[in-house]
Amino acid sequence: MSSWNDDDLAASSAAEAATTDVELLKRAWRNEKASPEILRFESPLVSRVREQIQLLEETLDDFADSGVDDLVVSLYQMDLDRTLFLLRSYLRLRLQKIEKYAMHVSRSDDLLSRLSQQERRFAKSCAEIMEKHLEQSVLSKLPYGYDSVTRQSLSSTEDDMVPEPQLDTFVFCKTKSDVGAFQLDDIGEEVVDLVADDLYVLRYKSIKGLIESGRIDLI
Amino acid sequence: MAGQSDPHLSVFSPSEVEFVAEDEIVDVVPNIRMDALNMICGDFGPFFPQIPTKVPLWLAVALKKRGKCTIRTPDWMTVDRLTQVLEAERESPREFQPLPFHYIEISKLLFDHARDDISDAYLVRSLIEDIRDVRFHKVESGLETISGRTHAVKLKNLSAMEVNIVRPFMVRTLQAFYKHDSPQMIQQADNTGSRATPVTDRGPRRDLRRR
Repeated sequence: MSSWNDDDLAASSAAEAATTDVELLKRAWRNEKASPEILRFESPLVSRVREQIQLLEETLDDFADSGVDDLVVSLYQMDLDRTLFLLRSYLRLRLQKIEKYAMHVSRSDDLLSRLSQQERRFAKSCAEIMEKHLEQSVLSKLPYGYDSVTRQSLSSTEDDMVPEPQLDTFVFCKTKSDVGAFQLDDIGEEVVDLVADDLYVLRYKSIKGLIESGRIDLI
Repeated sequence: MAGQSDPHLSVFSPSEVEFVAEDEIVDVVPNIRMDALNMICGDFGPFFPQIPTKVPLWLAVALKKRGKCTIRTPDWMTVDRLTQVLEAERESPREFQPLPFHYIEISKLLFDHARDDISDAYLVRSLIEDIRDVRFHKVESGLETISGRTHAVKLKNLSAMEVNIVRPFMVRTLQAFYKHDSPQMIQQADNTGSRATPVTDRGPRRDLRRR
């Protein structure tokens, strides 16, 4: 991160201090769900939530032994179940995305750096297995020049057989604070004034940076 | 890839939207005494009989189901307020009135589980249904105004469930216009199999359509 947005970072971390980890995980889950490509893995957040889940599981065991009111136990259980659902859904969602774009993900260092260690392993083995399968079942039976996993034929100038997420798609998003006039394209012909707490449908590619810096949420 | 359906078009299932709405805070009036709950999603209580306290909707519904509290109807869910909103919705054909982001889900959950706590429940329900209809009609007619000149849509005050319903239509329409307008597509109009990877991230020139 460059130094000019240190203030933004400080401001956003101050705001985050006031929100619970569940709230943050919910935001990560929503963003992940609504974005076409895989986002950065929320590693510290996930481990914090895991810890809290474990703690609550232990507490619930203690409750069972010490005969705490059934009502209280069931309420804590619901809290636990909701958090578990959120965490599982978040992790599964990422695995689905990785599986879908395994080859694309495992070939890009930028994308690989967004994954957790386990996810990276999963992405690589997914891509390997898929490649092996295609090789054995189809490609080995095709004539020379048409037997590449990544290219349609020798005449292809780029890897045109690797499925990639469509970053040009439109997403619904909500602004958290005033972003001000925001440029949607490279040359400054499309400018939108993003006002706090408003709802927009915008092209994913152009607001990617705002999602990463946490100034805008996908919904 | 062109012509293929995109699973991202329906991102959230209705039950997932409801799950999110269940974290909205409501006032409950407990009829039991219970210590504070220090939960992962926050700290709530302590609970004393007849003393209102704030809890998330799921907790309120859980207590209500066990007969341990009454749920206070939110301010916006009264006949007066909703009548005003409905009138305003009808008067401004291009604007949505401010309502809670999850008003559909919250009101549904309250009607399902705390009907006896809502005064004039029948009227409130029909008002909310009318408001939904009027708003949805606006969403539909708004879709008609999308054209090749739309590169961003502003939907002030649209609610979560409304977003979810309109998402597939909106996204597909915008995508289709964007795709057919992009200079690349015009050059290779018949090459439908290729992925559109614009050289520069530059869409056609369009106006921002305000609602």
